[in-house]
Parts: sequence; structure tokens; C-alpha cells
Amino acid sequence: MKKYLSYMIVALLALLPLIGLSSYTMHILILVIMWSVIGMAWNLLSGYCGQVSFGHAAFFGTGAYTAGILYSKLGLSGWWGLPASIIVVTAFALVIGYICLRLRGPFFALATLSIGVILRIVAENMVDFTGGDLGIMIRERTWVEKIWYYYIILALACGTFIVVKLVIESKLGYYFVAIREDQDAAESLGINTTLYKTIALCLSAVLTGFAGAFYMNYMGYIDPKVVFALHDISIVAIMVVMVGGVATYWGPVVGAIIMVLLAELIRSIPLLGTAHHTFFGILLIIIIIFLPNGIVGDFAKLNRIAGFARRRS
Amino acid sequence: MTSVQTEVLLQTLISGLLLGGLYALIGLGMTIIMGVMKIINLAHGELMMVGMYIAYVLYTLFHIDPYLSVFIVAPALFLLGVAIQKYLINPVLKVESILPENQVILTVGIGMVLANVATIIFKSDYRQTPVDYSTKAWYLRDLWKNSPIELSLSLPWSVSFVIAVLITVSLWFFLTRTDTGKSIRATAQDHDAALLMGVNVDRMRVITFGLGSSLVGAAGCLFIPIYYIYPDIGGQFTLIAFVITILGGLGSTVGAIIGGLVLGIFESLTATYIGMGWAPVGRFMIFVAVLIFLPGGVASLLKAKRFR
Repeated sequence: MKKYLSYMIVALLALLPLIGLSSYTMHILILVIMWSVIGMAWNLLSGYCGQVSFGHAAFFGTGAYTAGILYSKLGLSGWWGLPASIIVVTAFALVIGYICLRLRGPFFALATLSIGVILRIVAENMVDFTGGDLGIMIRERTWVEKIWYYYIILALACGTFIVVKLVIESKLGYYFVAIREDQDAAESLGINTTLYKTIALCLSAVLTGFAGAFYMNYMGYIDPKVVFALHDISIVAIMVVMVGGVATYWGPVVGAIIMVLLAELIRSIPLLGTAHHTFFGILLIIIIIFLPNGIVGDFAKLNRIAGFARRRS
Repeated sequence: MTSVQTEVLLQTLISGLLLGGLYALIGLGMTIIMGVMKIINLAHGELMMVGMYIAYVLYTLFHIDPYLSVFIVAPALFLLGVAIQKYLINPVLKVESILPENQVILTVGIGMVLANVATIIFKSDYRQTPVDYSTKAWYLRDLWKNSPIELSLSLPWSVSFVIAVLITVSLWFFLTRTDTGKSIRATAQDHDAALLMGVNVDRMRVITFGLGSSLVGAAGCLFIPIYYIYPDIGGQFTLIAFVITILGGLGSTVGAIIGGLVLGIFESLTATYIGMGWAPVGRFMIFVAVLIFLPGGVASLLKAKRFR
């Protein structure tokens, strides 16, 4: 039963649009799946390899701008951004990795954070190339119906899930976890830590870049403040994984469902709409103090508390 | 170089120095927190934002001069810092988890809440404290009649710089001359040894976080007459503080002061000669260059000198 759970969920998701959901529901579903892609990518680098990144917006934005610039400068379809972003984002990740991976722990986190900010400022100032604060807009949308976007992002998510699973269950995954647990010990056992950290960073970056390129095509408009946003991209990517469960396969998916729904819910309440960061922050604080391994990671603990409460009553 | 060019260069260097003095104050707060707790406080800029808004409210409601409100803001921020350390960070230190960076992520959460609460209370408008001396300046020719070049310096910038220097000097006295200060430095150097020598390490942590917060709060007050405020201002100052600590060497107070000054001068040079919008990029160019060429920061240079 448990073996087929993933196939069943994918089949269910693939059949879901056939029952005729409203455009808004489809939009939410697409966002949830997009955020689980970003979450899984972040999880690969930070959850498994232990290099906590605060700058995934850098890769998200690079992917989005690759697609956008292909469209605005070369007149190609934005969808070429998906394959093109592999090269561009990998190049960026190699440079960023060369600079940042020599740092450890919190310093790596902050270095990536500042890389995200640098890219935002560069995109704002290179007006000729990126359009500056005006951003890039794709005038003709590929499809009016959301269903094709849905299947594309679903396919991307399945691909990401498979890649993460294959990597983690291979030798590479054990190297990653060894680096996370103790980098010096891993190094002394003959693991080339720099090489494997770079591999983790590149994989994670490319997957995030895919999500970015998809975002460009789906939303049809980007500007530096949207795709290089610190709080709305980088921090949410962290929160998706922290809430769902660090270093679990399904954690990012659960986290994405909760975060996207929560964001929509809070925004729909009048007067509280501007306060959604407060709720996110408080949720983050509560999760870190009480469920440090997230909902999936601490599922046993949650179950025990629930069971205990049931027995008491 | 013509005399006009010299004037521009000197003017740029001096205004960079003044800015650097304030930056040093922000960096100092982060450095002592990092030294003692070994964590990066990503809510640092947001704490400064809280300080700025307190000073702003004090001015608009009670007409207290921003420079005087340092004496109110610093203790208030001290209490806020103590509360954050005691009730939020200390519990997390005890929790077992996969990622050791949980405390850093926690400070991000705290920063988000602070910035968002400020947005709710004050709306996201840009505000300025209308102190009457904010545009005043003094000129070199007023002091020295026949100087070959003319320099003009903004009055509030100079006053802020002087106060920042005074605060830094008193911090130095506190850290080197008093018992508590020495205990804080001992905790920063070796946590376990300090514990064995009878230092109450937990209390030192709480005090350090409070001290760091009050320093950055004071810096916020000094920024009030020369800068506008808005709720999301914190993020950029968190980054500045971080760049300074990397530049100065992690946990080194002298390094943080030098780092602040260097950053201020460099930013001012980029703003004059390349363009205003690129000043933040210059900041990060320094950051990246330091990571690659001088990973230990200024502190490692100082140390190398001492041993030779």
C-alpha cells in the first residue's frame, strides 16, 4: 500500500482538473505545486546537504529572467527558458558556489542571502538588458486555459521528486548527509566535500530555476522586486520546508499546501491582509520551538500528542 | 587633479567617514552578539527600525529631540533584546533538530514579525522627522578663512558621528574596565572556560543580546535626523551589519569599527563616481572580495601584525 502511495497521489492529481475546477482553484493548485518544486529543491541543498540557503530567490529569479530575456530580446517563446535556464542557472550556481561554499553554517546562509540581494539590485540597474523596474511582460499568453500550465508544473514536480529521490538513495545522498552531520569527519573519510556541496548546489539551483522559468511563462510578468524578493521567495522557500519537514520526501509538499493556503486565507480576511508576514513569522517561531523537524518529520510526536489528548478525554 | 576634483574627492571621503562611524555602531552590536552567542542575528536591522520608530513617535508626540531620545531608546531596546533572548532564543538552543541553523531562521521570523507589525501600525509610508536642523551645514571657510579648498558638511551628520564615537568609546570602557564587560569578553573567547571560572554564561548571553540591541537602537536614533524611515528599512541594515562583521573579522570589535569606516568610505565613493543606484552593489563587491582574498577580515591582519 505504502509503496504505491506516490503513484496514487500523482494519478489523483493528474485526474483532478477533469472534474472541472474553477480557474481560481486551478491557480491555487498550480501555486502549491510550484512551491513544492522550490521546496524540494531547497530541501536537497539545505535539508540533506546541510547548507542552509537564504538566497534561493537568486536562482528562481535567474530562471525567470532567462525565460523573460529570451522572449524580450530574442523573440523566442518563453518556454525555451526551461532548457536554457539549465545552462544559465548552472553557470550562476558555479560562481555563487565558488564564493559561498567556502563558508559554513550561518555564514553560508547570509552570504547566499546577500547574493540574492545583489542580483536584485543588478537586475534593477541594468535597465537595457532586464528592463529595470519596469520588468518584463509576455504579451501573448500561450494558453488561456490553466489546465496545460497545471500539467506542465505537475510534470516538473514529478521530475523533481524523482530526481531528489534518486539522488538521496544513491551514494551521492549518503555523501550529502555525511557532510550535513559533520563536514570535517566527512572530509577525513575521503569525501571531496567541496565537490559534493557544489553538486548539491547546482542540482538545487537548476530545479529552482525551472520553477522560475515556469513562473515567467505562467504569470506573464516579472520584475526584480517580485522574483528576487527576499521575504516572498527566499524565506517562503525556507518556511515551506521547515513547516513540512526538513529532509523528508513529502515535507515540502505538505509545507507548500499549508503555506499557500494560509497565505490565501490570511489575504482574504479584511483588515488582516497586510499582516500575513506576522502570521508567517509567528508560525515559523512556533514550528522552530515546538516541531523543529516539521510536520512530516515530527509526525510521530504529533500523533503521540493527539493520542495522549484522546486518551485523557 | 584640478582643485574642484580634489574638493569632490575630499568631500566624498569625509562624508563616507561620517557614514562609516554610524555603520560601525550598527556593526558593533552585531559583532558582540555573534561573538558571545555564535549566531547571526538576522533581526538586527529590524531592531534598529524599532528604535527609529520609537524616536520618531517621541519626536512627533512629545517633541523630544532624536539625539536626546537615545537615552530612552537604548534602554527600551535593551529590554526588548533581553526579552527576545530569554523567551525565544534560549528555548530554541535546547531543542534538538536536524539543522543547526534553526536559531538563525528564528531571528528571521522575529524580524518578519517586527517589520510587519510596524507596517500595520505606521503604514508603509516613507516618513521623515522634521527636525529644523536637518538641512543645516557648516563650511570649512567659516572656520579657516583662506583655506585653498571649500568643504561643506551637513550638521546632523557631524553631530551623529560625534555621538557614535562617544558611544563606541564608552562601550570600549565597559568591555575592558568593568566586571560584566570582562565576563562578556571571557564568554566570547571560550564559553566552557568562562563557565568554569564562575561566569554566569546564561546571564551574559541575555545581557549581550540586550546590549547589541541597544547599540543598534542608538544607531537608529542617530540616523533619524538624516534619513527617512519606513517599516522595511531593517533588511538593508541587517545586510550592512553583516557585511561589516565579515569585513572586520567575525566577533572582533576593533575589526567592526574599521570595517564600518571602510564600508562607509567605499559606499560614498561608489555613489559619487559610479552612481547612486550602484552603491549597494559596491557594498557587496567588498563583501565578496573579502571572502575570497581576506577570509579572516581586518582582524586577521591585526593579529598577523601583533605576532610578528
